[in-house]
Amino acid sequence: MLTIWAILIDGLIYASWLFLVAAGLTVIYGVMRILNMAHGSLYALGAYASASSIGWYYASGGDQLWIAFALLASCAIVIGAIAGFIMERGILRLMYGRDEVLMLIVTFALLLILEDLMKLAWGTTPYFAYQPYAALGRFNFGVLSVSGYQIMVVGVSVVVGAVLWFWLERTRTGKILRSIIHDREVSEAMGVNVRRMFTMTFVIGASLGAIAGGVTAPIISVVPGIGVEVIVVAFAVVVTGGLGSITGAAIGALIVGLARAASIHTMPQLELFIIYAVMASVLIFRPNGLFGQATARKI
Amino acid sequence: MGHSLQPKLWQRTLLTTATSLAMASVGIIGIMGFAGSASAQEDTFKVGLVTFLSGGASGPFGVPAAQAAETVIKAINEGTLPAPYNTKGVNGLQLESVVIDEAGGPTKQVEEYRNLVQRQNVDAVIGYISSGDCLAVSPVAEELKTFTIAFDCGTPRLFPELESPKYFFRTGLDATADNVGAAHYLKETRPDITQVAGIQQNYAWGQDSWNDFQLSMNQLMPGTEFVDNQTPQIFQGSYGTEISALQTSRPEIVHSSMWGGDMEAFVAQANVRGLLDQATAVLTTGESGFNRFKDQAPDGTIIGGRGPFGAFMPDNDLSEWFSKAYEAQHGVSPSYPSSKMAQALLALKYAADNSGAEGKPSDEQLASTLKSATFESVSGTVRMALAGGHQALQPMYYGEYHYSPETGPELRNIRSYTGACVSPPDGYNAQEWIKNGFPEANCN
Repeated sequence: MLTIWAILIDGLIYASWLFLVAAGLTVIYGVMRILNMAHGSLYALGAYASASSIGWYYASGGDQLWIAFALLASCAIVIGAIAGFIMERGILRLMYGRDEVLMLIVTFALLLILEDLMKLAWGTTPYFAYQPYAALGRFNFGVLSVSGYQIMVVGVSVVVGAVLWFWLERTRTGKILRSIIHDREVSEAMGVNVRRMFTMTFVIGASLGAIAGGVTAPIISVVPGIGVEVIVVAFAVVVTGGLGSITGAAIGALIVGLARAASIHTMPQLELFIIYAVMASVLIFRPNGLFGQATARKI
Repeated sequence: MGHSLQPKLWQRTLLTTATSLAMASVGIIGIMGFAGSASAQEDTFKVGLVTFLSGGASGPFGVPAAQAAETVIKAINEGTLPAPYNTKGVNGLQLESVVIDEAGGPTKQVEEYRNLVQRQNVDAVIGYISSGDCLAVSPVAEELKTFTIAFDCGTPRLFPELESPKYFFRTGLDATADNVGAAHYLKETRPDITQVAGIQQNYAWGQDSWNDFQLSMNQLMPGTEFVDNQTPQIFQGSYGTEISALQTSRPEIVHSSMWGGDMEAFVAQANVRGLLDQATAVLTTGESGFNRFKDQAPDGTIIGGRGPFGAFMPDNDLSEWFSKAYEAQHGVSPSYPSSKMAQALLALKYAADNSGAEGKPSDEQLASTLKSATFESVSGTVRMALAGGHQALQPMYYGEYHYSPETGPELRNIRSYTGACVSPPDGYNAQEWIKNGFPEANCN
């Protein structure tokens, strides 16, 4: 029974983190049809910005937890938005209309460039910003314990999901975005400034990636390469849920999270295998993912 | 069409003059460069240094090793090392380094090695943190007959898979010693434990380490029950679920061979989650986080430094000099990868200075001098007594980490185990040696 509870709790926590990481990726693909490999670098940028700002705050004698959290969130959002804006305006807008595979290669190049730029800026020494993680303590459930920070990550994930849903489903901008998703050419013909919407979407998606990194920074040691590691599992989640679907990303994250937790508690040697086994199983029966929609190719 | 496509006369003249000047400059620079390099080749000894400068291993291992090389090479060239290395250069030659990034995997490293030897004409190579790179490069070093020192890689398969090595050396211990040493430490300091769990990175290093540790515990503490072993992927970073699984298995000891940022992140998370209140962690590479753990690792956490390196360095003139020089130059105390790089460079200087060569020693002279040699180092007196004289035989150290904000980190309850106690003698497969009850081991 203890193991079942542990699987459910751990699965939910990991799924929340996965959703945070995957949300920006799926928003950008849904609207812009860009598989943004550089999403991992945006995650890493957010992590570095948060870790260094929190490190600086505590090193200079700060001890207010809310200021640390404010720094964490604001630094991640700002750096994600700036990087996203530069990437979209400086490079990606020159590529619109090209093949999706070319966009994939371009964003992969951006990932490599950003990895090196981060090394230039932050070096290769690990950054630790554990104070917020430690400060929220833990909750004990018998022999099992859950850190307060992990529970907070679940809350952040729920809030991000709800805001994204509200934005896309209940606002005018969301309706315009959905019209672009449905048919970009018709939207343009109806007077929608698609390029501006693309910029906005990319900046929001990039900020989401950076927020995921910022939230993760107090848990991990921030080192070069974390962005590359995370992009692989984020792809597995969005592909399982259906590329471009927020609901799909949430359900995909939940399925992958629970399957992984079950594996770790029962057959730890299958931990890595199980994520891709879930993805492959879903794709066998639903090639577009759980919530992905097959679209007719325009010729 | 008012403009002619033909360049005007002044444009052609300018172009021709510029081209001539450029060609002449290239020629002069080339001649000067050739002359310079020919002269430099006579006065310098060129060593290729291969260490991780990018990727997850760069921060905790690769860069500290490169920084150590910078410190030691500068001192070698200035002649400011303590005795017996207080002469300038290596056998009188200034030491020049070519640093290569170890990232990219074994195939790339074999290409890089060939480049270093055949195109950059290095006189020796020191490097390799990754066991895969060591295994791939060592036969090439033998094929190219180039004096090469592996300063850190820990695979016990290195010399058993290298038939009659002549040019390839390792100036440190292998991973078997880490885990045999950890089992000895537990037997001495925690004789009553019965339940042990593990968490290892999911690749050969982690799997081999856990196997060696389990086998050693079976020999030294036969009543031990292994209740769990978690195998997260390398550079995973977040270990929430693994920590839950370890908590539900209720171990008294958690053994981990995880290294670098992974190891430090696991310790921080396990501490907050309370796992390290329930169980004591045994971290075979824990020393590399010694200066960064602060209060994130609880007092009593058992750490190793892969031998007498980093915080485990014994007190001697060389270790004292190295600690001071490294800290002055890089702002932190040297960790074990830094000390191991320093040891490899001292081995090179020892081999060159004692080769008997006039001028630059040959690969054969360097190899025959270092083979079975005994030399002084930051880790004490090193005997090249394993693998037919090609690998160092050194003691293994473990101790408990303690931290106070006033005094910083310190090691307590340090125990050492002789090299002959923790390393299999030549001719034995490591796992067979452990399974057979450590034949010929000398633990006194």
